[in-house]
Parts: sequence; structure tokens; C-alpha cells
Amino acid sequence: MSVSGSEIISADLSGLRAQFPILSQKVHGKPLVFLDSAASAQKPDVVIDGMARMMRSQYANIHRGLHWMSERSTEAYEAARTRIAEFLGAEFREEIVFTHNSTEAINLVAYSYGSLINPGQAVLISEMEHHANLVPWQMLRDRAGIELRVAPITDSGDLDLDAYGELLADGKVALVAITHMSNVLGTITPAHRLIEMAHAVGAKILLDGSQAVVHRRVNVRELDADFYTFTGHKLYGPTGIGILWARRELLDAMPPFMGGGDMISSVTFEKSTWAPIPAKFEAGTPAIVEAVGLGIAIDWVEAIGFDAIAAHEAALTKHALNVLSEVPGLSVVGQPRHRGGVISFTMDDVHPHDIATLLDRNGIAVRAGHHCAEPLMRRLGLTATARASFAVYTTEHEIDVLASTLRRIRQFFV
Amino acid sequence: MDENSLYNTIIVNRSRAPLHAGVVERATRLGQGTNPLCGDRVRLSVRTEKEEIENLLHETRGCAICIASTDLMAEAVTGRTVADALDLARQFTDMLENGSSMVETADAAMPDALRAFLPLRTHRSRLRCATLPWTALEEALDHD
Ligand SMILES: Cc1ncc(COP(=O)(O)O)c(C=O)c1O
Repeated sequence: MSVSGSEIISADLSGLRAQFPILSQKVHGKPLVFLDSAASAQKPDVVIDGMARMMRSQYANIHRGLHWMSERSTEAYEAARTRIAEFLGAEFREEIVFTHNSTEAINLVAYSYGSLINPGQAVLISEMEHHANLVPWQMLRDRAGIELRVAPITDSGDLDLDAYGELLADGKVALVAITHMSNVLGTITPAHRLIEMAHAVGAKILLDGSQAVVHRRVNVRELDADFYTFTGHKLYGPTGIGILWARRELLDAMPPFMGGGDMISSVTFEKSTWAPIPAKFEAGTPAIVEAVGLGIAIDWVEAIGFDAIAAHEAALTKHALNVLSEVPGLSVVGQPRHRGGVISFTMDDVHPHDIATLLDRNGIAVRAGHHCAEPLMRRLGLTATARASFAVYTTEHEIDVLASTLRRIRQFFV
Repeated sequence: MDENSLYNTIIVNRSRAPLHAGVVERATRLGQGTNPLCGDRVRLSVRTEKEEIENLLHETRGCAICIASTDLMAEAVTGRTVADALDLARQFTDMLENGSSMVETADAAMPDALRAFLPLRTHRSRLRCATLPWTALEEALDHD
């Protein structure tokens, strides 16, 4: 008998699942089936314990105290920065700026790099952006007289590359800001192509990697990106920590986002001068323990390896598309060419909210609503969808439970 | 399924086949409620005569809870005075939002059918689905 890659990984999975204490919880008396990892992933023991250990044994504010505890804390925080720089393939560790989430990272770029964009120039986003990569650019448009352009998607849920090219053609686009993976459709966008095309007309490009980094290895240098953002809590790390990576020369040229402690080199009442990067962008006491927690999460993810993660999620997604397509009245939203472990769907005669509540009664957690992507919903002609999303700890059995429960829900309403 | 507590027969039936859907001719008052979180929308058209609700119909786009709640509301307020209907709106919202034991002894004026939504008290994220039509009703009746 031949053993496929996914079987090998499935065999390992029970061990993996045991590292997530929350997964053995019951909800409404049923075993928890957690299919909402794209909103936020659960945390393995190593992350939970590592953060608790730091607070129990080696914690103080960083960069400030001239004492042993502060030095240990600073070391751990800066080691996390180095770890994340390696994870993204950054050339310099100073290119990693700690923020509180992806939303803040994108706002930082919109505010700071945005101030270097001239009125009359444009920012180009896409129709499938999360509000986090849409609203900051609208605010910039309204503040600074910058045009906001929107690249359309095709009916199957891929970015329309021809239209993207046309929107770039007049050379007015200073910055492209596009998702690396859609949180609604699961679409993985062709980052290499997008970057090449943007650079060919002299535009810089930001990729929102909030979903993508969870599912595949990202190397910003190899991609040749200019800005990359992600958020810790979707990558098995804690909440309250996000990452902005940008090329050193861009960060050097950008004005600070927030003022305060730690971001200055000297302060008088007349004038302050800014600290070098990355401190220039990290005003105030940062999320110290959370940064360390994210570093631990990344170690953990890399120990599993992205090859195994990708194979596992591809197998799950294929299985899910198969079994879901057999549920009467169910439609999967979008058929993108490349997709990660995120599937949005609707069911005839059953509203997504009712789906979510009825699944919840059976211990199954999915998300329902517009997924912080209202313009995309409008483009798809929908007001809401239900969404199941997968993580390393998701099993085929859980997807089968989802499908059979959906069948029962539909019978209930029809 | 054990969902019967929330998705009981009356709620499921009314969501599938509402009895009071439509638009009232010669409506004297209109109201709308929308939930930006999910895109649900309730539109009410009402004909009042001397402060009494003669007829109320709705056009609802939403989940089962929302449609059933709107339909049962239409039934409950038709024939009531405007003041009475607004009272009922407050009682209904109170019943769901203040999960106190008061609820069980609540006003005898609360029609039984509306008590079908009581299990929502343990699904607080869905409360708004049931109260949305009552918000629309308040809008319709408060402003002449
Ligand atoms: C594609 C995408 N971008 C941005 C975000 C925002 O992440 P956060 O809320 O952690 O800032 C999310 C997650 O909700 C997302 O899925």
C-alpha cells in the first residue's frame, strides 16, 4: 500500500492536536470543532507556557532599565525580532517593526509613507481587500488628495491581471496595497507578478500577508516586495502583536507614526530627533511578552515545516470542496486558481447566521457575516457568507462532521 | 437536532412562509431597520387610523430569526394603539436583553408567540436579529 503525504501528516496530527489544550473543550456538550482559524488561530502549549514563563521569571520593561531583568527582557524581545526577520527572509533585522496587529501596520504605512505620496498620485488596492487594507487608504485619500484605485476581481475570485495592468499604465500609482491571500475567497494572489508589474511602472508595493504567512513560506527578499504585514494571532501566536516589514531605505525615509518614549534620539522643548529604525516606529512600551510569544509560535511552525503544513491544508481543502459540493443547496463562493485553507459558502434557503448558530449548537465554530470585506460581498452580490477555515490541527473528520451537520441543517429548513 | 429550543416550529415556519410579508397600500408610516454587521434589513409599512395600527406588512431580508421576529411582531401589534405597540417594543427588548428572572413572570400582555425568542438570551450575538424589526417599528411610530 502506498502512503500519501497527507496520510503521514494525518498520523502526526493527533500528537499535534494534543498540544492545543483548548481543542479538548466541549461546546454545548459537543466536542469543539474549531473551523474559524482564519479569524484567529488557537495557541499551542509552547506559546502559552513560554509567555507565562517569561512573566514568571524574566520580565521587565525593555531598553530602559540598567538592570539584569530589563537586560534579559530586552534580549528576548530583540531575539524575537531577529527570529521574525529570518522567518520573512528580511535582509536586516532592523526592517522588522513591531506593531499591535496587521491593521496597525497598514495604518502606519498609510500614515507615514502616505505622507510622502504627492497629491495627484494614486494608491491601488483590489476588490478583495479586508477593511484593514481599504479604510486606511480611504482616509489617506480624503486627507491628502490622493486618488484611490480599485483593481477588480474575476467572477471566479482571482485578481483581474489585465485590469490591474491597465490601472498601473499611466504611471500615477505610487503604491500598490494588495492582499497576499483573501480571507473570504481563500485566493492566493500571484505576488511575484503583481510586484513585477508594480515595479515596472515605478510603484512600490505592500502585501497584506495576514492570511498568507499562515499557509506558506514567505520570503520578502525573494519576492522583491517593498512592504509586508502580518498579525501574530493568526499564526498560532498571541493577540496584540503584528509585524511590518519594509525595506530599510523606505523606513529610513519615512516620518514616525506615533510620538513618545523610545522613538527619539534627543528631545528638547524646541525639537526632537528620531531614533534610528526600528525604534523610530515603536513609540511607548511595546507588546514585549507578545513579541516573544510570536517568536515562539514561529519556531513551532517552522519545526512542523511549511511543506507539511501546505500539504496538510491542500489535502483538507480538496476534501472539503468535495464533501461540501455534495451537500444539497450548498454553493462554494469563488473558484480561485490557487487557494489556501479558507472556504466561504452559502446555502439556499438558509441564512449564513442561522447556519453559524445551528453549527454552534453542534459544537462547530465557523464565521458568518461579511468578514470585514463589505465591498467584496457587494461585488459578489451577497450580503453574507458562512466561512470554514482550516489550520494545522484541523482533521478530515472535522470536515465530515461539518458536512453532515450542514445536511441536517438544510433538512431542518426545507 | 437539539436546536429546537431556539429554532422552534413557529420560528422556522414563519421564516419559511411569513404571513405578513408585503407592502401596505396607503401606508401612513414607514420604518426601516438595518444591521450593518450582516446586511439584514427590515422595511415596514404601516397604516394607522386614529392612533390605532390597522395594518402592518414587512419586507425582510435576513436570517430566520429576523424574518420570524418581524412576522410575529406584525401579528402582535396589529390592532394595538401606537402607545401600546411602543410599550410592547420596550418589553420585548427588555425580555431579551435583561436576562432576569422577571422575564418568566413578565407582563401578561406579552403574547406567547413572542416568548418563542426567549432562548436567544443564551445566544447574545443573535439578539439584534430579533430586535431589529422592533427598532424599525419604533422608527415608524415615533416619527409622524
Ligand atoms: C486579509 C486580512 N488582512 C488584515 C486582517 C486584520 O488583522 P488584525 O485584525 O489582526 O489587524 C485580517 C484579519 O482579520 C485579514 O484576514
